[in-house]
This record gives sequence, C-alpha cells and structure tokens, in this order.
Amino acid sequence: MAADFNWAVGGEAGDGIDSTGKIFAQALSRAGRHVFTSKDFASRIRGGYTAYKVRTSVDKVQSVVDRLDVLIALTPRTIEENLDELHEGSVIIYDGERTTMQDVEIPDEMTGIDVPLKRLAEEAGGAIMRNVVALGAACEVAEFPIENLDSALEKRFSDKGQKLVDNNKEAARAGRSYVAEEYDHEFDYALETTDEDYVLLNGDEAIGMGAIAAGCRFYAGYPITPATDVMTYLTGRIERYGGHVVQAEDELSAINMALGAARGGARAMTATSGPGIDLMTETFGLVATSETPLVICNVMRSGPSTGMPTKQEQGDLNQMLYGGHGEVPRFVVAPTTVAECFWKTVEAFNLAEKYQIPVYLTADLSMAVTEQTFTPDTFDMDQVEVDRGFVVDESTIDDHLTDSGGFKPHEITEDGISPRAFPGTADGAHMSTGLEHDEQGRRTEDTEMRVEQVDKRNRKVETAREREDWSPREFGDPDADTLVITWGSNEGALIEAVELLSDDGVDVRVLSVPYVFPRPDLSEDVKAAENVIVVECNEQGQFADLVEHDVLERVDRVNKYNGVRFKADELADAIRSTLATGVEA
Amino acid sequence: MSSDIRFTDFKSDKQPTWCPGCGDFGTMNGMMKALAETGNDPDNTFVVAGIGCSGKIGTYMHSYALHGVHGRALPVGTGVKLARPDIEVMVAGGDGDGYSIGAGHFVHAVRRNVDMTYVVMDNRIYGLTKGQASPTSREDFETSTSPEGPKQPPVNPHALALASGATFIAQSFSSDALRHQEIIQEAIEHDGFGFVNVYSPCVTFNDVDTYDYFRDTLVDLQEADHDPTDRDAAKDVIFDTETEHQGVIYKNEASVPYHEQHGVDEDMSVIPDGAPESATDLVREFY
Repeated sequence: MAADFNWAVGGEAGDGIDSTGKIFAQALSRAGRHVFTSKDFASRIRGGYTAYKVRTSVDKVQSVVDRLDVLIALTPRTIEENLDELHEGSVIIYDGERTTMQDVEIPDEMTGIDVPLKRLAEEAGGAIMRNVVALGAACEVAEFPIENLDSALEKRFSDKGQKLVDNNKEAARAGRSYVAEEYDHEFDYALETTDEDYVLLNGDEAIGMGAIAAGCRFYAGYPITPATDVMTYLTGRIERYGGHVVQAEDELSAINMALGAARGGARAMTATSGPGIDLMTETFGLVATSETPLVICNVMRSGPSTGMPTKQEQGDLNQMLYGGHGEVPRFVVAPTTVAECFWKTVEAFNLAEKYQIPVYLTADLSMAVTEQTFTPDTFDMDQVEVDRGFVVDESTIDDHLTDSGGFKPHEITEDGISPRAFPGTADGAHMSTGLEHDEQGRRTEDTEMRVEQVDKRNRKVETAREREDWSPREFGDPDADTLVITWGSNEGALIEAVELLSDDGVDVRVLSVPYVFPRPDLSEDVKAAENVIVVECNEQGQFADLVEHDVLERVDRVNKYNGVRFKADELADAIRSTLATGVEA
Repeated sequence: MSSDIRFTDFKSDKQPTWCPGCGDFGTMNGMMKALAETGNDPDNTFVVAGIGCSGKIGTYMHSYALHGVHGRALPVGTGVKLARPDIEVMVAGGDGDGYSIGAGHFVHAVRRNVDMTYVVMDNRIYGLTKGQASPTSREDFETSTSPEGPKQPPVNPHALALASGATFIAQSFSSDALRHQEIIQEAIEHDGFGFVNVYSPCVTFNDVDTYDYFRDTLVDLQEADHDPTDRDAAKDVIFDTETEHQGVIYKNEASVPYHEQHGVDEDMSVIPDGAPESATDLVREFY
C-alpha cells in the first residue's frame, strides 16, 4: 500500500473548520486520491475545540489512524489536543501574528510554519479567506498541485460569483508563495495525483441519495445530530423527483406524517437518532400492526438520555430490536460503509414494501459524518431495483374481496403477505388500525382471529428469512482460526486492522454483519473458529449477546464507548491482546 | 366522482358501540352527509381517527382510514394529504386527543394550513376512560380525578387556532343536524385547514354540557349577522366565553393552502420501477 498522508485543520467552533476541511478533502478527491475524513466535534478538556481530519492515499483508505503529518492550528489548543498523533517531522502551520498564537510552542522535532494567514488574506480581498491561505500553505508543504485546490474552490464558491472564486484562488497562492519563499525547507511529503475520478460523500448523504434512488417521495423529520444531514440533503433535491420534505414539530409528528404518506401509497421515510427513536416507539408498533411499509433511519450517537450527542456509539441495538410494548415484528438493517448506506437504503425500502413492515435502517455517527471517496460507478443507478410488493389495482382487487365486497388488507395467506390497495383504488376502501383486527382491518377481540393475525404477521418475517439474502460480508483469511465479527461502521477499521495483523503473522477472518434482524446464522462459523471476538462501539456488547444467544457459545468482546470510533492500529492491538488473554476459546 | 353517492355509502357494516344518545352519532352523520354532498366517495376519502370514543369513528365509517395512536391524528392526515393531493382527507378526534395529548400538533397543523378538514368531537369529558376532566372541562366540573373541579380554565381551541394563524375556524352542535352538516361542508370546501369544533354531548359522564344546555344557550352566528371574514369580529366571538356559539367564526378568503405554498401536487404513490430518470445527476454532484 502506498504511504498515506494525514492532515487536519483545527480551531474553535465558528472558525470555519468544517468547510475548510471539506474543501481540502474535495481537492484531494479531484486529484484522484482516496480520502477518508473524520471530525473532532467537541472537548476532552473544555468547550470550543473542533477539528476536521483527512486521511488520504492513492490506495483505498477506510479508517482513521493515530497519526498526523500536517496540522493547520488556528488555536494553541489544537496542538495540545493532537500531541498524541503528531510525530517527529510533523508540520504545524499557524499564524504567529494571531494574538493567541504569538507564544505558541512548536514541540521538539516538529516543524512550525508561521504564515501571516490573516494579513495575506486581507491582501487578497478579505480576512475571511484566512483558512484558504492556510490551505495554500499546506499545498506547498505537501507538494500538492494547487490547481486541485482551485477546482475545489470553484465547486464551493461558484454560485457566489467568479470574483469570490478568484479572490480565494489568489489567497491560496499567497499562502503557497509565502511558504516557498520564507521556508527554504525540504518537506518529506509529495502528494501524488492520479487520473481517477472519485465522488466524495458521507453516510447521511448516501442514505438521502439512496432514498431518492429508491423512489422515496416523502420525508418528515425533526432536526437531531447526527441525522440532520439526511434531511438537509433531501431538502431541495427530493423535490426535483416529485417528492417533499416536511420539518415536523417533533419526532412524534415526523413518524406519524411518514406513516400517513405511506398509507397514501408513497415510499416514505423519517430519520432521527436515539432520543427520537424513543419518541417514535409507540407509533412504531402501530406501523407494524397496521402492516404499513416504512423506513425509519436511526443514526446512532452516544446515549443514554442526551449522552454525548456529537460522539460515536452503537448503543441503540437493543432499543431497535426490542423497543415498544407488545411483540412487534420488524427488520433492522445496518449498513457497514458509507457506500453501503446507499445500497442498504434502497434495500430497506424494498424490504419494507415487500413485507409491509417497519424497517429500522441504522447508521452511526462516525459513518454519518465521514466523507469518503468512491468511484462513481459504486452508485450505479441502473442497478437500483424497486419492488413494491403485493399491490392490487382495479383489475386484480376482486380476488381479495369478501362475499359482501369488503377488501381484505390483512388477508390470511400462506406466506403472511396480504394485498395492499392505495387510496383511490375502487372497492379498496378499508380501515387500518393499531387495534387487533380481522382480515378487513375491522377491530376484533375474537380469540381465533387474534392468533391468526399475530401468526400471519410473524410469518412474514419467516418468509423474508427464507426469500432474502441475509449474508454477512466477509474479509481477511477465510481459513483463519480467529474469527472477528462486527457490525456497523467498524468494518473499515477492522479490515485495515486485519491487514496490520496479517503483516505480523496473525491471520484473522472477518464477518461484518449488515443485518441485525433477521440476521445470518453464524453457528457454523463460530463453531469452526478457535477464537471468536465481537467488536462494537458500546459497553454491554449488545451484538455479542445476540451471537451468544444464537450460537449458545461464549465469545470474546472488544468494546469501545469513550465516544471515539475505532482506529485501525488501536483495533489491531485490541485484537492481539484479546487473543493473548481471552478467557474463552 | 359518481353523482349517485349517498351518505349511507360512507357507513360501515359495524354497529357503533357509542352509548345510546351519544353526540358522536350526529357528528358522524353530518360528516358522512357533507362528504357525499361535496362529491366524494369512500374510495377517494381518507379518514384519520384518534383515540377515545371519537376515535372509533373510523371503524363506523366506510372509507380508506387509519385509526392511529393517541393524539397523532393530525400528523397522519398531513402525511396522507401531502402524498395524495387527489384524496379527500378528514381528521376526526376528541377534545382529549386534540387539545391535550395532541395539542402541540394542533398548533402546527393549523400553521401549515394543509387542505384537509379537522373535526373535534368535543364533549368536555374523557368518556372512554369513564369520566375524567378533559382540557375543555369547566373549571368547577367535578370528576373522579378532579373532585372539586380541575381549577384551571378550559382550553379555548378557537383562540388557539386563531393565534396559530388559522384560515377556517368553526363551531357546530351535533344535534343541529342541518347546520352541523352545512358547517362541515364549508370546512371541506375551504381551501386550507378547515377546523370545526363540534359540541358532541356525552350522555353518560357529563351532566352539565348536555343537549338541553346547548339547545337553550347556543347563539347561531348566521342569525347574529356575524361576518366570518372579519378577523376582529371573530376575535370578539372567540373571547366571549360567556356565550356558546355555532357557525363559521372565521374564514380567511385569501388562504393559500400548504400544497400551493410548497408546490406539492403530485400523486406520490406512482414511482418508476428503478431509480428515477436523471438520478445519476445526484452522483455527479459529489465530484
């Protein structure tokens, strides 16, 4: 693998960190380099620090590492926060004329590049372009052709006028020239460019794009970190495809609006995070009982209660599996990469409609806010299939009417799947309800019908188990004695960890599971392995519990719940030490 | 729609379990007649019902319908109407469903001004749970959970609606069949959110707000020469809490419904077999 390059810009909230980082990531992507980004939102010590980190290589990158090569530090704190990741030879770009940075100390063995960011920006047209001057300086340090930055600046600012674009390009050049002239220094970096075309997007955007591709026309949501970007993405885009976004007054309303649209025959979705799922849970039972197809996206963050709202966690698995009173049939689909966020969203809509069931589509914060590069054909729209399931129209409804002409939306069938009639279909008028009901949707407390309807709803899950492909994704050495199982966004870090372990002679087989319910039967895989480790971002090992429940064997666990995603090197160490001390083989 | 639709076509084959004499019978009859009279039929009508005695209405009527969870009928109706502008949407619930557990949704549904009708069967009591104070119960109304009365002023739903920017506010009485039907009809025909609070007496648990009480006290705004397009006049009616009124209280004739404001006019149930044409544009945006 080609050497990777790790870069970050950090400062205070309000310093424009996010957009600066995104512009640099875009420039790298346009230069045909792979990019994987991460964000430090908040504090380990006190409020205010934020950073945008970019890992880039000409090869695929799919995780973050504990290393930082070039850092643009707008505050002294940015340096303090990253001391662990900075190393001998790291370059720190800063503005020594900024009051807070005047006395900043550059750690030994590192190179400080003092650039008057603000002054140069003012000369180019405005202090606001300070960060762009820094990006120009970074281009010089990393030996990265500045034309790629130009291209990213054009994308970012073109709708605000050519003048602004030109000013920004000039600001970037001022930064580059300053470093070239003032620092007669050979830096160790030379960022190669390629002719590859990449697209750069995050998990929330991939979910939004997947929804539009799948024919989702109605979205209702209430803003919540880290799911808001799904809504932001859809707003202004879904309309181009005949759809609409409603910002609801709360999550209770959001899921009920989506339910209404789904009853109207639209493909509908809402997205939220754990606290919103709590509020939606009552209606979730109604969605399932009324057999309404609905996709409910949960972008997980650290809980419980308000928890750490801008931090990573995979703690909602049990909530999604078991939340709600009574016994509620459901599916839980959990994409494992940014690209899979797209494809699993498409799949979630098909599953929802084919089985007339609510589907939890769950991502986590790390995946939601990570920008990652892919080749455009990763999202080949010709591969998108739409299966609306068992829908009747005027010509087919007659087979599903009672003798007196009543439509049977909950008809007892062998596979559990009943016909669906959209409003407006002649002779299809019917009731949908959260009350137990008969085949026509009319309230009943008849003991036999109750059992028939419960069995029918559960039978749909069994049908889906047989008809659909619930396979896990497999990586690493298929014959290894050690099996590592994971779910959600840990996949990328785990794949890289396994490569590191393999270099050390430790062979590992990886199963990354995108389906929590129904899920693949891993019995054979677990029994065949000598060591089994389940990796996840929570304390209790909720997925590990499921594996033990399914297989009736103990497994080892690697858990992380400090709010930060797994890094490849850290994960390799954790697996190594678990193998050395694991209580269970 | 076929012109031979009769209001009985909106009746289901389920016999109502409301108490004999319940106001909800009259409320429902008026709704069915108004729907038939405005050219709707069961296959193009969607009724959303809340929870409570009133919530049973979806079962007794014949149409596309959803009987939801407590207090969330308005969001469901909003979703149906935005996805299916071609469908007539009527939302029905009680005073508990609409002004207590669902009060937050009421305010925002009014603000959105989605073109649908909201009928609140207001009996000023919780009937299905056997007689507790409701948000519209009188301050001194004694119930099992408020032995000396709630000691709080009742919610003024019309005032809440007006303050939230309502474009149609009305009050009817289930027992005045003709006027009730007329008012519901006007709400259906209104271009926007048609809100009708209906006095729908509970004969079992409310011995204060009875048929006789309303018959004796109701002032019909039509007879009182009230001009519903006059917002100030509407305000006077709404804050005159000493008098029980019936009729259209306020109507904004310049109402622009949500779908016009937002350009939502497509039948969202119709989608292609694969990704929509030009979906690849979305991928290109990420270059």
